This record gives sequence, C-alpha cells and structure tokens, in this order.
Amino acid sequence: MSNKKRKKLTPTQQEYQDFASAREPKRPIFKNCLKAFLVGGIICTIGQGLIWFFMTYFDFNEKTAGSPTSSVLIFLSVLFTGLGFYDHIAQWAGAGTAIPVTGFANTIASAAIEHRSEGFVLGVGGNMFKIAGPVIVYGVFSAFVVAIIKVTIEMLGGM
Amino acid sequence: MLQGHQTWVFENRPVIISSAAVGGPFESKGKLAKDFDLLHGDLWLGQDSYEKAEKKLLEEACETAIKKAGLKKEDIQIFVSGDLINQIIPSNFAARTLGIPFIGIYGACSSSMEGLALASLMVDSRFAEFVLVGTSSHNAASEKQYRYPTEYGSQKPPTAQWTVTGAGAAIVAQEGEGPRVTCATIGRIVDMGLSDPFNMGAAMAPAAVDTIEAHIRDLDIDPSEYDLIATGDLGKVGHRIQEIY
Repeated sequence: MSNKKRKKLTPTQQEYQDFASAREPKRPIFKNCLKAFLVGGIICTIGQGLIWFFMTYFDFNEKTAGSPTSSVLIFLSVLFTGLGFYDHIAQWAGAGTAIPVTGFANTIASAAIEHRSEGFVLGVGGNMFKIAGPVIVYGVFSAFVVAIIKVTIEMLGGM
Repeated sequence: MLQGHQTWVFENRPVIISSAAVGGPFESKGKLAKDFDLLHGDLWLGQDSYEKAEKKLLEEACETAIKKAGLKKEDIQIFVSGDLINQIIPSNFAARTLGIPFIGIYGACSSSMEGLALASLMVDSRFAEFVLVGTSSHNAASEKQYRYPTEYGSQKPPTAQWTVTGAGAAIVAQEGEGPRVTCATIGRIVDMGLSDPFNMGAAMAPAAVDTIEAHIRDLDIDPSEYDLIATGDLGKVGHRIQEIY
C-alpha cells in the first residue's frame, strides 16, 4: 500500500493491517515474473513467426506485417476467451498474457460476454469497454501530451 | 429481552424446524456435496441470465425447506431474505413467486445470520408463528457485481476467495423438533481500512472477533462453555487472523 494512503488510516487500522498482512500468503513475485517471461516470450515468438509467415507467403514487408499479425493474435485471444479457458491461462501466466495485445483483446471480449444477458445495445455496447476504456482514454491523452511537447520543442528550434 | 449492550435473549427459544441448501456445479465437487438437498450441474440453471439463475436457486431452497417442514406456503407469515445483487433482486423475485409477506435485508455475508436473528425475534415475540429465512449467492453474478468479468484474465492474488453458487433457507417456528435459537448478538461494523476486494477474509475478521467478544461479554460466560464457535467463511487468511485474536 502506498504511504499516502496509509497516512489516512488511524494507528489501530495501521496496526491491524500490519498484523493481517503478516498472516497473508505472499504473492510469489519471482515465480510470477518467471512465468510471465516464459508465456510473454512464447506469445512474442508466435508473433514473430506470424510476421515471417506474412512476409514470406503474402505481399507484406517488415513494417506492414505487424497489422495482420496482431489481428491473428487478437482473434486467438478472443476465441480462447469465448471458449472459456483464456482466464485459466492468464491466472497462471499473469503479466505474460496481460501485456501483449492478447490481454487487451481479452478485456473487451470478456466484458462483452459478461453483459450479453443485458442486451446488445445497453449490455454489450454499453459495457464492452468497461475495462479497456480507461486504457484507451489515458493512452490517447498521454499521446496528445507527448505530441504537444514534441511540437513545442520543434517550434522553439530544438531537435 | 435485551441483555448487556447488544445481545437479544429469546425466552421462548424459537426452533429451526427445517432447512434446505441448494448448490451449483463447483459446490457439487466439494467436500460438503452430500449435505446439499439439491445440486445443479449447470451454472445457468436453464435461465438466460445468472441473476435469474440465482433467483431460481433461492426459490428452490425455500420450497424445499417448506416441504421438509411439512408446511404449505400459506402457513408462513413472513419471508426474510437477502442476497448480494443490487436492490436484492433475486430475493424480491423469489418473494414474488412465493407470495409470502416479505422483508428484504442486506448484510452481505452476514445476511443469513441477520435473517435468522430477525426471524427468531419475530417468532419469540409471537408476531409470527412461522418465519421463512433465505439467502442466496451466485458466483458469476457476484463476480460481475463486485469484481471483473468472469472471463477476464487478471491474475488473482493468493488471498482471493470464491463466492458460492447456492442458496439456503430455514424455517423458524415456535414449537417443533430441531436446534433452538437461544440468543443473538448484533455486531458493529469494524472498518480496518482494507480496500482490496480480493482480500475479504482480512476485512471481515475484525468484525467477527468484535461480535464474538461482545456476545461473551454480554452474556457473562466463558468461551469454553461452547463446544464450537463458528463464523461464516472468512477464508484461510481471515480464519488465521481470527484464531490468533
């Protein structure tokens, strides 16, 4: 827990939280990192294989082969989410499946499945970006901020 | 009658004359599977939403409890029920099906005991002859309500608990065969500032300890007078914390 959050707690609350956290099983961080490295690496290797495939058998170059490759990975991730075993892989792999494009596809597909029972417009349409939405909002926003900084520096004669 | 600060002692000692439990597919694989009256292999229960499935679980538990007591729906004066969904909809719709005058409650994990305490109060004071108490939960519906979509691949920490798919019901009566409710202690909210929805055990344990202590203080008894002190499932973490206190 961050220090800022902790300061708001009373001494009794802090004391209890220390007491409780001493009795909680710890997240196996090293093991999780290793698994994430392994699974993330495998996904990226598959991606590299796909790039090679699209460059060899189709009319793609190194720059354009990225798009069909991520499409294939997104499709597989959505398919596995729909078949119901993506979350089991992800529980084992952690960041290994969350960081690549597969994680992003899963957030959208899982939310869409979850809210299907509430209808197609207000259910699926309204909730599909429930988890992915913040990523897009802050992704676009930070890109905007970085672009402004770049333009300003260029206008001032830098770079 | 009130004893001490927060304990009700029931002079007429109401009886729990029957109870019923209905579970889902995960529960049917558990160690307690034999103790359920009815188990479902299908998480949907043939319904088109998990919320409707939860309503069905509750209806089945209530109907089984009524049948086991050898009563009819018309014999029961009050139905007390609560669940984990917004506006306690499964309870409300189950009450619509049953057609028994309804009191809706919300106490999250404490709903079942809250219901039993209120039912005992009504029966003890002779404001009702038979009271039906129910509570329900559905894993997928609750995960949707409190956490992430069920198919979302986030890594759950080791402290995460599993929300049950099931419903329970009991009938409290003035006379009959079964365990008697002798007293009930109403607990306080104890907030130790834990904010992780994947660590409910540690969040709930302080309140459980506080209530048990209050019970023992109010009744002026020694904990050793009880053969067993049980709480709702605080999970491995919460249980470990509680044992040490």
